[in-house]
Amino acid sequence: MVKKRLIPCLDVAGGRVVKGVRFETLRDIGDPVELAQRYSDVGADELVFLDIAATVAGRGPTLELVERAAQRLTIPFTVGGGISGVEDARSLLRAGADKVAVNRAAFDEPALLTELADEFGAQAVVCAIDSRGGRVVTHGGRTERETDAVDWAREAVALGAGELLVTSIDADGTRAGYDLELTAAMAEAVGVPVVASGGAGEARHLAEAFAAGAEAALVASIVHERPERVQELKAELKEAGWNVRI
Amino acid sequence: MRVVLADYGAGNLRSVCSAFARAGAEPAVTTDPGEVAAAPLAVIAGVGHVAQAAAGLEPLVDVLRERVAAGRPVLGICVGLQLLFQESEEGGEGLGFLGGVVRKVNAPTVPHMGWNELECPRPSHILDGLDGDDVYFAHSYAVEPDDEELIAARVDHGGPIVAAIESGALAGVQFHPERSGAAGARLLENVLVWSRSA
Repeated sequence: MVKKRLIPCLDVAGGRVVKGVRFETLRDIGDPVELAQRYSDVGADELVFLDIAATVAGRGPTLELVERAAQRLTIPFTVGGGISGVEDARSLLRAGADKVAVNRAAFDEPALLTELADEFGAQAVVCAIDSRGGRVVTHGGRTERETDAVDWAREAVALGAGELLVTSIDADGTRAGYDLELTAAMAEAVGVPVVASGGAGEARHLAEAFAAGAEAALVASIVHERPERVQELKAELKEAGWNVRI
Repeated sequence: MRVVLADYGAGNLRSVCSAFARAGAEPAVTTDPGEVAAAPLAVIAGVGHVAQAAAGLEPLVDVLRERVAAGRPVLGICVGLQLLFQESEEGGEGLGFLGGVVRKVNAPTVPHMGWNELECPRPSHILDGLDGDDVYFAHSYAVEPDDEELIAARVDHGGPIVAAIESGALAGVQFHPERSGAAGARLLENVLVWSRSA
């Protein structure tokens, strides 16, 4: 079977990698492409660049960063943040991104997912869903929505999303473990890969997310200061019997 | 060595180009049939739908067909592999260089997304040294050749999936060598050796 993936997420704002706790208080972590290369070197399976300032500030995604990353990386990467339509996605994919992650734009205009899947194939379309207390939130956790996150996930996949990136805002940055209830409910509800996000602290947490049905686990704060941690986490998962790429 | 990538508006040929350059080739993206005819290796790469890809590739179909007839190397990557076959469940016709169909992957999770381990049922040029290696997949459809002897590698995801084929000067991979780390680099180096000798 396809291997369980470990995916470092680089939250990008103003061309730098940042990390926040519960989407507040941002800390500068480093240069995105430099970090991306280091992650690739230590065995990251894939990368996500999320421009967390793009939706809030309403500006377009950073193509220059994507071009630089695409030239250097030999692992796949997804780009998200501020993608409002097909043309944004096209620019990013043409610049070398393997997948685009859409969040608010898809929630506000679900047909976008179908347009993207028709145009680029479902495998290039990630629907990012942020959840607080089981309900959808957008704009980096700043805007509460009424919709049940699992209901939205089901609809998003029916419309064309080929992967779900599910972030629990409650768990994000806490290092206390992924929201397993949310992860399991998502994996149960859809037939596309689910990427669990928010709350990773140690290898055991990733294993729990895989056991809950996630095909991949996003990591951020626990690897940003020491990328070699990626290698250690995967070795620990392998040791525990998980089918990961070493 | 000159490698031409047939441009049919699929985007993201840049990453494949960079990967071929790293492997020591001189890649170029082109819409010019003359260039596609002349190069030692022609590559059909890309993602998305077979039907759209086939439509975009229309101006280059004749020259690709001539290459195949003359036994000159053509490599398909991902949808490029699917295009080598006749018809797709997704709708639309491929180029029909090889007999077989393209079917939706039947697995608990689709798309088949991520790293998976190559199993090679027989030796081949392009997969030399890669049996058991992990490579990256991102697709919902897969080829089923009429002639199983063409199959150079499979992976398991809810059952066997064809990961690579090789038939004379025609080859294809379902995975993305440009995004498959060291194993992907090895594949492209093998492809260059194979296309020099084919």
